[in-house]
Amino acid sequence: MRHLKAGRKLNRTAAHRKMLMRNLIKALIQREQIRTTDAKAKELRRWADRMVTLGKKGTVHARRLAFAYLGSRRLVQRLFDEVTPRFQGRSGGYTRVLKIGPRRGDAAPISLVEFTVRGEGTTKRAEEAKGSASSA
Amino acid sequence: MGLPKRKTSKSKRNKRRSHDALTAPQWLACPQCGEPIVPHRICAACGYYRGRQVITVAEEE
Repeated sequence: MRHLKAGRKLNRTAAHRKMLMRNLIKALIQREQIRTTDAKAKELRRWADRMVTLGKKGTVHARRLAFAYLGSRRLVQRLFDEVTPRFQGRSGGYTRVLKIGPRRGDAAPISLVEFTVRGEGTTKRAEEAKGSASSA
Repeated sequence: MGLPKRKTSKSKRNKRRSHDALTAPQWLACPQCGEPIVPHRICAACGYYRGRQVITVAEEE
């Protein structure tokens, strides 16, 4: 029985699930906001918030733990220098999940995941979103 | 093979279907653009949620 066992399995094996979460967190750190299914979005909150907590510690040890998970120096640097400083006055709740609605094609419920304190993403889409948001 | 002995009466059939009713979907008007929206979802027409532009919608003007 899964009594008191937190977390979602998402119909994946442990290894598949681990890589899925890693990819989602990396995408979130890089892009600031990402779209995914409701279930993945809700699961992503748990792990993304842990990464932010590591980033807030800011120690070399925390950096190494973050690198062990993310496997990218560039993203670790971005997490520690650009993402987490925004959360200094906040103790948890670093990510926000907003529901968008059913996806065309398979009608899967899609959500938007973003950091609660807004920053700038490093992809074209984020720049477009920023540009059109300011012009609107 | 086992077969029904009697035709199902209208009463029996209707009682069986008493729990089959569908419910209409909940909706309300978007406070930003007035389009119908599903509660707790970002407005598909204007991209607003809780008074904030969350996503940009392509065909918006």
